Amino acid sequence: MGLQAIFFYLFAFVAVASAFMVISAKNPVHSVLFLILVFFNAAGLFLLTGAEFLAMILLVVYIGAVAVLFLFVVMMLDIDFAELRSGVLQYAPVGILIGLIVAAELIVVIGGSVLTPDAARSITMPIPNPAERTNTAALGDVLYTNYVYFFQIAGLVLLVAMIGAIVLTLRHRENIKRQDISKQVARTPATAVEVVKVKPGQGV
Amino acid sequence: MTAEILSLSLQLSMPEIILAVGALALLMIGVFSGDKSTSTVTGLAVALLLVAGLWLIFMPGEGEAYGGAFMLDPFARFMKVLALIGSIVAMVMSVGRAQSDQLDRFEFPVLLVLSTLGMMLLISANDLIALYLGLELMSLALYVIAAFNRDSIRSTEAGLKYFVLGALSSGMMLYGMSLVYGFTGNTGFDEIAGILSSEPRHMGLIFGMVFVLAGACFKISAVPFHMWTPDVYEGAPTPVTAFFAAGPKVAAMAILVRIVSEAFLPILADWRQIIVFVSIASMLLGSFAAIGQRNIKRLMAYSSIGHMGYALVGLAAGTETGVSGVVLYMTIYMIMTLGTFACIMAMRRKEGGNVENVDDLAGLSSTKPFMAIVLTALMFSMAGIPPLAGFFAKYFVFVAAIEAKLYALAVIGVLSSVVGAYYYLRIVKLMWFDEAQGEFARISGELRLVFGLSGLFVTAYVLFGGPIGTAANAAAKSFF
Repeated sequence: MGLQAIFFYLFAFVAVASAFMVISAKNPVHSVLFLILVFFNAAGLFLLTGAEFLAMILLVVYIGAVAVLFLFVVMMLDIDFAELRSGVLQYAPVGILIGLIVAAELIVVIGGSVLTPDAARSITMPIPNPAERTNTAALGDVLYTNYVYFFQIAGLVLLVAMIGAIVLTLRHRENIKRQDISKQVARTPATAVEVVKVKPGQGV
Repeated sequence: MTAEILSLSLQLSMPEIILAVGALALLMIGVFSGDKSTSTVTGLAVALLLVAGLWLIFMPGEGEAYGGAFMLDPFARFMKVLALIGSIVAMVMSVGRAQSDQLDRFEFPVLLVLSTLGMMLLISANDLIALYLGLELMSLALYVIAAFNRDSIRSTEAGLKYFVLGALSSGMMLYGMSLVYGFTGNTGFDEIAGILSSEPRHMGLIFGMVFVLAGACFKISAVPFHMWTPDVYEGAPTPVTAFFAAGPKVAAMAILVRIVSEAFLPILADWRQIIVFVSIASMLLGSFAAIGQRNIKRLMAYSSIGHMGYALVGLAAGTETGVSGVVLYMTIYMIMTLGTFACIMAMRRKEGGNVENVDDLAGLSSTKPFMAIVLTALMFSMAGIPPLAGFFAKYFVFVAAIEAKLYALAVIGVLSSVVGAYYYLRIVKLMWFDEAQGEFARISGELRLVFGLSGLFVTAYVLFGGPIGTAANAAAKSFF
């Protein structure tokens, strides 16, 4: 228990500190790198609570795809972040308000579970005990059996999204120059070289 | 799920599996042979939809599948066949216009098949998750095909507008579903109905139901969720508009009927107020707003808003006759609409290409008499004049409303159909009594076939409509 508590505080502290750095770093690339650190620590926290599937998905999807995409965008686009951030203090009251709302919601949720501890038991499908059945296995138990129908339709929905994105954006450009190796190899002196008789004083 | 249950489930959902696997195969054919395969892919897509339809009609078997998420009952079977007919006809009609509207890419038929698959899943949905996924599969493909002519600003605008508003309505629907799930602890329609009939209803559940109904009303374009309809109808390429007006409307109406008469039947008094309001608002807006329209596609959009209002009159009754009236109304509405859109697609000048103003129909009786006769029959039928099919559609929903003692609703419905008759009759007047300003180009065979059959249906319904009414009654029995 002691070791787990130490790791919890380690991950939590680093996560909060790097979250702060995300919004205060001057260089946007540093911000994104700190964001990746936040994700790593959040994944660590998930691991501590026994949600290893969520932890790995966080690593793969958020760090492997989303954060790296952010990084590309930040590096490729020439956005003047210093100028964007110049009026940040104007938004402070709104930020504080949103923070207060989130805090109030947290208090309601936590207060509710303290006042009526048996509320959690009314869940229709409770999570199996992590000691008996791991998280990933428990998801697999229902995802490919009870929910196979939904799983397959979700796959079709994603397929339609992909077809749609290609249909609406892909353009085959006509005048693009591509390498055609067979054409290169098939070249002979007869097709490649032309002997031109140049009249004196006129050029080609 | 044991192997036995799984094989039963697969058997019940075989038409959907045919479409899903077929769509993937068509995609492969298209990708590997490029855009020159468009006509092959279109032909195969029509064949695929036909096979699914024939399977539905001739293979017996009813019941729940996939743990109650999928339901095949007479109602689902009837509505699915209807949606399939709508898609097949719209796809056949699109062939002639594919070139001029830049629809001649192989993805177009593939997206239509996937959208039709979404409609069928939606009609069979017996669970909130299945409902949502079916709805998204249908809509996502529709957003893409609305913007399919990507070089046209209007088409792009239509797609974007439909997408943004559709995403908003999906969000509302999901919010409602989460409330319903939170207050009942279940997503299955049967379980929700069980809890509603055994426990006193909770206010949060009513909120959830209102949001779910709002999402469904958006898809059938009922007032006050109709704003997208005229712009999308006008902006999208006409073959796409014809597709929009047929299958998706049928599927969305089917799920609205299923959710209120299956999951929420125990709280009929609560949802009836909503349906009555939506119905009255749609009928009135559909009749009055259409009067000023000059573009025939916009006119059809308002007309479809009005028709959805009339269909909802039957649903508001909340009885077996009411649901049977809705089923019949949707059948007749779809056939009339497809016929009218076939006529709209035939509005094509020899020089100057496609036209879509109502005034372009002037003097049609002297230039294209057959088309003028058919369009006249369709317009009279849409206005609900006996003995055409549209009259029977309206008659049965109003009778159901009167049986349920919704007198005010029925009276408003009849009055607004009188107002609506004005703009249908104006088209008839233009065709028969005004000077022709030019001639339309030769009408292609498939359009002639579609509006010919549609015209035949609305005129001969009084003689041969009996079996359709019987089938609609059998479909409505699924719920009561």
